[in-house]
Amino acid sequence: MSDSHELSRRDFIKVTTGIVGGLIGAIVGLPSVYYLIDPALREGGKEAWIPIGKFEDMQIGTPYPFSFTRVQVNGWERTASSFGGYAIRKTDSPDELVILNSRCTHLGCTVNWDGKADAYICPCHDAKFSMEGEVLDGPPPRALESYGEHRITEDGTIEIFFKEG
Amino acid sequence: MWKNLYTWLDERFGLDDMYKNLLDRPEPKTSWWNTLGSASLFLFVLQGLTGIFLTVYYTPSPDHAYDSIQYIMEGVAFGWLIRGIHHWGATLMVLVVFIHMLRVFYTASFKYPRELTWLIGIGLFLATLGMGFTGYLLPWNQKSFWATTVGTQIAGTVPLIGDFILKALRGGPDLSALTLQRFFSAHIWMIPAVLAALIGIHLFLIIKHGESHWPKKED
Ligand code: HEM
Ligand code: FES
Repeated sequence: MSDSHELSRRDFIKVTTGIVGGLIGAIVGLPSVYYLIDPALREGGKEAWIPIGKFEDMQIGTPYPFSFTRVQVNGWERTASSFGGYAIRKTDSPDELVILNSRCTHLGCTVNWDGKADAYICPCHDAKFSMEGEVLDGPPPRALESYGEHRITEDGTIEIFFKEG
Repeated sequence: MWKNLYTWLDERFGLDDMYKNLLDRPEPKTSWWNTLGSASLFLFVLQGLTGIFLTVYYTPSPDHAYDSIQYIMEGVAFGWLIRGIHHWGATLMVLVVFIHMLRVFYTASFKYPRELTWLIGIGLFLATLGMGFTGYLLPWNQKSFWATTVGTQIAGTVPLIGDFILKALRGGPDLSALTLQRFFSAHIWMIPAVLAALIGIHLFLIIKHGESHWPKKED
């Protein structure tokens, strides 16, 4: 064998090893990335109308607290998550209810209505929100969120529309 | 640009020397059978990578081990592929390591100065079997449960200390949550650590002594 032949043969092996290795790496590597992030790509869950209380029990001037639990299947386990909020009645028309989510817009703790302070107080970093959800004090960047649609049933129950995130 | 960067790194790391001494070492004229050690190394790395990916979803608890594997197989994208590679790779690794050992025996490569390389190889083979034994329990299905019952029972027949060995393996007299948890720990931490350390010494010795030549008639 001549020298140049010897050399090109070595280079051939190097290049082939590189290409075959790269191919195998990609064939196993790309699915592996997909495997890792798969749970993050799932579509958000079911939609439902959730009853939160009777319209007649909601008093003008006092936020009406409610809470509910949703069960979701995550992987091989069922996980219950709690949600809550306040319904604020202003008139005799159920359409004009404001229904706030009690999840703090700062970092997600649950705010509580404090009648004496006339505000919702967040236990985590002392934020204060007005009855209708505006920020009065503390670090939150924006007002409390409200639940989207609501409706009233024949027997006077208020239901909110909820989509699992 | 790249050339400059490479030269800079080479001057500090000695990349060229490393390449020459580790990958470009002179080899005697041998045979394809001499590639089985490298194949074992590749399989070890492959099992390590796929195993790490499996732990993203696998749960070593009697309540959830089975369901979590079910989820890997049917719920997650390409879970079947990762588990499939790990599952078949395990059998293949035992096989390849064993044939590698047979080749070393057949070519009498265990003689001076390679006795230590051989002894460490025996450790590697036993540790690989240990990986198979501990990994087999993890899916927590009927087959794995009874296989481990039998396997630990056999270990328990050792005279005098048999009962102690059985309880130490199972973490008690029966197969339980403790058994699954300690098998998991052995499977992903203890035995791989031993394997990695032994592989390191094994490779060091191989590079130090070079590959033995394929015996001729006169040998
Ligand atoms: C260093 C790395 C490794 C890690 C982190 C690891 C991790 C795991 C995990 C989480 C499982 C449970 C999932 C399943 O059963 O499919 C498993 C199963 C298993 N592993 Fe490993 N493993 C490693 C290396 C090995 C090696 C070197 C072998 C064998 C020679 C091996 C043999 C097995 C076997 C036989 C099973 C049972 C497979 C089955 O029946 O599905 N593992 N491993
Ligand atoms: S989470 Fe509510 S103030 Fe920080």
